Amino acid sequence: MSDAELVQRLLESVGIKPSHVLSDDVARLEVHQNHVVGAHLLPGLEVDTTERDDGIEAHLRLLPGARFERPIHLCFGMLPEKGLQHIVLEIDVEEDASAQVLAHCTFPNAVEVKHRMDARIRIAPGANYSYYERHVHGPGGGVEVIPHATVELGEGARFKTEFDLIKGRVGEMDIAYDAVGQAHSVLEMLARVSGSGTDKIRIHEKARLAGEAARAVLTTTIALRDDARAEVFNTIIADAPRARGHVDCKEIVQGRAVAKAVPIVEVNDPTAHVTHEAAIGSVDSKQLQTLLSRGLTEDEAVDLIIEGMLS
Amino acid sequence: MTLLEVRDLAIQLDDKQVLGGVSADFKQGRVYAIVGPNGAGKSTLANVIMGLPGYTNFQGDILYRGESLKGLAVDERARKGVTLAWQEPARFEGLSVHKFVTAGAKTTNGRDLAAAALRQVGLEPARYLNRAVDKTLSGGERKRIELASILAIEPALVLMDEPDSGIDVEALDQMFEAIHRLKEKGSTVILITHSRTVLRQAEHAYLLCDGRVIDEGPVNRIGQYFENRCALCDHTNEPGPQEAL
Repeated sequence: MSDAELVQRLLESVGIKPSHVLSDDVARLEVHQNHVVGAHLLPGLEVDTTERDDGIEAHLRLLPGARFERPIHLCFGMLPEKGLQHIVLEIDVEEDASAQVLAHCTFPNAVEVKHRMDARIRIAPGANYSYYERHVHGPGGGVEVIPHATVELGEGARFKTEFDLIKGRVGEMDIAYDAVGQAHSVLEMLARVSGSGTDKIRIHEKARLAGEAARAVLTTTIALRDDARAEVFNTIIADAPRARGHVDCKEIVQGRAVAKAVPIVEVNDPTAHVTHEAAIGSVDSKQLQTLLSRGLTEDEAVDLIIEGMLS
Repeated sequence: MTLLEVRDLAIQLDDKQVLGGVSADFKQGRVYAIVGPNGAGKSTLANVIMGLPGYTNFQGDILYRGESLKGLAVDERARKGVTLAWQEPARFEGLSVHKFVTAGAKTTNGRDLAAAALRQVGLEPARYLNRAVDKTLSGGERKRIELASILAIEPALVLMDEPDSGIDVEALDQMFEAIHRLKEKGSTVILITHSRTVLRQAEHAYLLCDGRVIDEGPVNRIGQYFENRCALCDHTNEPGPQEAL
């Protein structure tokens, strides 16, 4: 299969019309297993890639003051049923640069696929970086997803990340993000995951508010069915004056699924303030009865409630 | 044609007799009111008819189109044409108004249907279709959106529990228009209320006190009785000889 055909197949598997991203005004990079199959760069973005046996190494650099009208699109994935894709990603967002990245990770035919990402993200003072990661898996659950990242936010920097795994089976997932925010930085990390079958989900997000008035919000929303299991350990440590943080975890559990949420907050400065909330339970009875009274079956009603919660 | 017959309905909740032998008939395409003071059993009657959890272990019978609703789950009753508008509608985090309004509708063109239903309750579709049915909406907005969701499914029987609660005057007029639109389309509407304003929308009323129907008839007479006698009653839900007819 040619590189162009692989790009086409990867994009189609995540429900994107290729014409939407294969245009001149969209910076993009597509990686199939350990091979860069497509790339288009725009001024302000530099990308160096090295292909390895088990994946690729990529260094993305957003130059000082760079701005992009449309989100940069990244696509990582593999079409074969079995294999390993290890992405080593280094991202430098330089001073006052601003960009949104939409990343798709797709393994539509996975039977025994391992996708590991080790990322180091540095966001310089005054820079603004948003990273939206959408996963599309097949119905078999044969994927092991291990995204680990360290994030450094400079003074006044902003970082927002959203991780979605809603379509297809999760398989096994182990997310670990570790972020440090300097003064007046703003960090938002949001994960939405839907697990079923025998899926196993582990999320460990940690934010250290090292600079004055740094802020962080960690939000995790998970829906579990069947025999799926999830563990969420989200931590905020406030070391600096007037730092603010909030940890929020919500899990809906159906069937024999098991959920565990451990919000950890640590405050080492008397003027800092960190809050947390965690809720685990079945679907809300009133929501359920309302939809049943419109004629939906219980399964349809639960699906709609969960769809809303994860939207 | 009689759509719903409630026959000697009685139910205990937490060892308290909440309904004690209620009988009432509801004809197709008419608007009824169940009126009575707080705690009279009005909402319980609606919940029993809808078959909500905790309200299924009753004596007597409920006949819908001549067939008993006993043993039918909420969704089964709904698919036969029975639905309920709640006094305090649920919030749905993340669920769009568009999806909520059309949740029970059988249509391939949900967005147009949702827009039309929202217009009927006085809400501008462009402002609401993509919003979530969550805490960012006022209680009144959620009531109107819930009514839109009922208009979208064109039910045969609508139970509306305190339709005016949390609604401002202007929105209340739009809600009343929607109720009459339901009637024009052939739906039977049962308004659960203790409000004279709501009562006036009905064509026939039942007065409930202490879990029993103590009168029925034209809304003016029932309304006057309710206002003059029930509001002054020292023994709420325990009518003495002066309340008995």
